[in-house]
Amino acid sequence: MSQASIMQLVEKSALKEEPPKFDIGDTVDVHLKILEGNKERIQVFSGVVIARSGSGSKEMFTVRRIVAGQGVERKFPVHSPRIEKVEVKRSAVIRRAKLYFLRDRIGKAVRLKERRR
Amino acid sequence: MRHGSLRLGFASANLGSNSNDGRPAKAWGEMKVMSPSILGRKVGMTQIYLEDGTSVPVTVIQAGPCPVLQVRSEDRDGYQAVQLGFEDKPRRLAIRSERGHVAKLDSKRAKDRTAKGVELLQKADCEPQRFVREFRGVADVEVGTTLTVDQFAETKKVDITGTSKGRGFSGVMKRHNFAGQRATHGVKKCHRYAGSTGCSASPSRVFKGRKMPGQYGNAQTTVRNLDVVRVDAENNLLLVRGAVPGPNGGFVTVQETNKVG
Repeated sequence: MSQASIMQLVEKSALKEEPPKFDIGDTVDVHLKILEGNKERIQVFSGVVIARSGSGSKEMFTVRRIVAGQGVERKFPVHSPRIEKVEVKRSAVIRRAKLYFLRDRIGKAVRLKERRR
Repeated sequence: MRHGSLRLGFASANLGSNSNDGRPAKAWGEMKVMSPSILGRKVGMTQIYLEDGTSVPVTVIQAGPCPVLQVRSEDRDGYQAVQLGFEDKPRRLAIRSERGHVAKLDSKRAKDRTAKGVELLQKADCEPQRFVREFRGVADVEVGTTLTVDQFAETKKVDITGTSKGRGFSGVMKRHNFAGQRATHGVKKCHRYAGSTGCSASPSRVFKGRKMPGQYGNAQTTVRNLDVVRVDAENNLLLVRGAVPGPNGGFVTVQETNKVG
């Protein structure tokens, strides 16, 4: 067995059977499992997916939102068991893979043109 | 006459402290049992998730199966150890001594020796091995049997030895984590220099052990106390938490840790 196929085999065990489906520019609700003491709670982080990076079990995505006029970004692993689901609320027309230009924009300029499915 | 008596006295004292076959007894070595040990190859690093959702950075090691090539004994070799091999080497690439180490070869000398009744060493009867290492201690294994990663099923921590990546002739900042000098404030053309290497007229030399530039890496390196994350006996894989010395594809030896506590 080649080195690459061994790596794939190991990573396969860490992948979700059905990884969440979303695109760059989508406005999503990320449902996170949070352990508080012994109780498990779901926390939702909603915002725009501005980047996807990495591959295999190391794949991550970045979600950006504006909280009280301040931009907040969180990076999540796509295959983490702590992410229960990713709900797509809205899709946008975008022309690039990384929407880092949104970081420089404030107010109305942050909006993206909606893409109808 | 005086000289002779002295020598006699010395000899008798020596005899008293020796074990029966004339070799001094090694109290610490004799009882040592070989801890789970195996040879392998570093495949690479990745990330997996535990049941509670925490992500763990792991190094994947292709470990074994390792044929036992030789069992060293106190009587024959003066120490106890088990010699393992890893990965078959094509016979055309193996030199004759490597082939003869793992299997019986026909030769004039071998025929002579059998004719004279010399008992030949037991051979593993396997393909020549690329990577051969010995592990000290006594183990309940026979030459020709195979050791697999199964041994580590109960093991929590391991020590891993490999050859670190060669970095060539490196400066002190890379090699010894020196701070270098400032980027500005009058520093001229010596931003990565070590600075002073010692005093002047007294002692008028540089003390031994002074950290200086030189060859860095490509040396045997051991990382101790790595967590065993998973043992995959089916695919001969061992997953340990954290980094392991050497490049991907480099040979490593894995042993249960000797760290106490």
